[in-house]
Amino acid sequence: MTDTTHSPHGARSAQTDGSARPVPFRGGGFRPATNRWAGPLVFALLIAFVEVGLRAGWISNLTLPLPSDVLATFVQLYETGLLWRHLVPSLTRFMVGGTLGALAGIGVGTLIGLFGLARAGLVPMVAALFPVPKIALLPLFVIWFGIGEGSKYALIALGTFTPMVVATYGAVDNVDRTLIRMGQSFGLSWGSIVRKIVLPGAMPGILSGLRIGLAIAIILLVAAEMLGAQYGIGAYILEAGSLYDLERLFAGVAILSVLGVATSAAVAWVERRVLRWRS
Amino acid sequence: MELRVAGLTHRYGETCVLDDVSLEIPAGRIVCVVGPSGCGKSTLLRMLGGLERPAAGRVLQIGRPPEGSLNPLTYVFQDFALLPWRDVAGNVRLVLEDHRLPNREDVIADVLARTRLTEFARALPRQLSGGMKQRVAIARALAVRPAVMLMDEPLSALDAQTRELLMDDLIGLWMRERFTAVYVTHNLAEAVRLGHRVVVLSRRPGRIREIVEIDEPLGGRGAMEEVQAHLWGLMRDEARAADAELVP
Repeated sequence: MTDTTHSPHGARSAQTDGSARPVPFRGGGFRPATNRWAGPLVFALLIAFVEVGLRAGWISNLTLPLPSDVLATFVQLYETGLLWRHLVPSLTRFMVGGTLGALAGIGVGTLIGLFGLARAGLVPMVAALFPVPKIALLPLFVIWFGIGEGSKYALIALGTFTPMVVATYGAVDNVDRTLIRMGQSFGLSWGSIVRKIVLPGAMPGILSGLRIGLAIAIILLVAAEMLGAQYGIGAYILEAGSLYDLERLFAGVAILSVLGVATSAAVAWVERRVLRWRS
Repeated sequence: MELRVAGLTHRYGETCVLDDVSLEIPAGRIVCVVGPSGCGKSTLLRMLGGLERPAAGRVLQIGRPPEGSLNPLTYVFQDFALLPWRDVAGNVRLVLEDHRLPNREDVIADVLARTRLTEFARALPRQLSGGMKQRVAIARALAVRPAVMLMDEPLSALDAQTRELLMDDLIGLWMRERFTAVYVTHNLAEAVRLGHRVVVLSRRPGRIREIVEIDEPLGGRGAMEEVQAHLWGLMRDEARAADAELVP
């Protein structure tokens, strides 16, 4: 290259000097691609690693159980019918408590989103309730709702309730105001505006709150069952833990993980159906 | 039904946005409101439809709304304000659901036909172009049989070609059914094409600068360059000053 770049004809001579090359691409990245095999593969590799390590002896068999033994324990659990005796009460508690908490949370969250008085009165209360480890309140709930199912439902419901409230009122706050003003300008009733504009508009936020709420519900489910239940996944894990029966412990933990994945998939399914209008 | 604006004044805090605006909106005509940005034209429109309360002055309805009008004062918004989770027909249905109508689906079919949207009845807003979205909003406004349409820069979010097409559509609709409208815009070409009467507002505080009557029939108007030039002459200095101002 000579001093042509300084001349006004620099561009043209650069074009004709024969060193044409494509403009480098700089636009990629920042958009995670989907890959349906990566997730299961990580699981499989991790399990295979533990299995091989234990069999070869470079992982102490005190630290982890053999994955194949865990599987055998699980199969045994299924064949003896014990699986259902633990799973059915757990799922019932999860569903009843989770549903109560989610519905109450959406209701209270909507009220906070719509009414200044509810906001002023309830937001500090929710803020005070949110960081309290709900499990610490279990003894109190046992007195209030009895040692049976009632206290477990209440605990799980309370755990789901607080994140749902926060997610719902945030979502209601974020509903497009112009849509609400449109509803008012067409003389829609208050109930119609809430049902047809506010709640559908808040639905994306409510559903992402539901993910968090239900995950917390699973945690509290297990905690409640550890403190006082004959049957349930939590009771099963506690019993296995106190006997240092690692195979059963891990079988129980695996059931919880599957429950978590299933819940998340269920919410994703609902999202796909309900939020089809989003591109 | 007519509207009469009497001595309308409004302030946001210290800033006076409208100062003693008095105005008549005669039935069956389109009144365009133009003015530099921040002259309070959108505030005026919100007050006309009762979405905002003026600090002083009144907006009066003169006469009864026509029989069967479900929502006498009906807006068409700049940003369309369509519910993204409802399809085209559903968005029109929204404003009819609170009313007991024996022939709701017929009304929807009729307004969709008039805005040439029949084949898009099942489409979601995200699938539509801006021009189509605004036609859905116009269909929705027509469905409640308004006595006065309040249009807040309805074409400003659209590109120039779509704007041209929609102006023709609006003229066609008006020719068939002489609706009453207040049409707020900052685009003088729109004002002279669509307005029977053009109200020029001055810069903040918004006062009426001049009211220009255009007698030419709506159907056969050209670009009306002289009127446009006259309007622009009224506004130019203020538009420049408004442009150079910091946002309050």
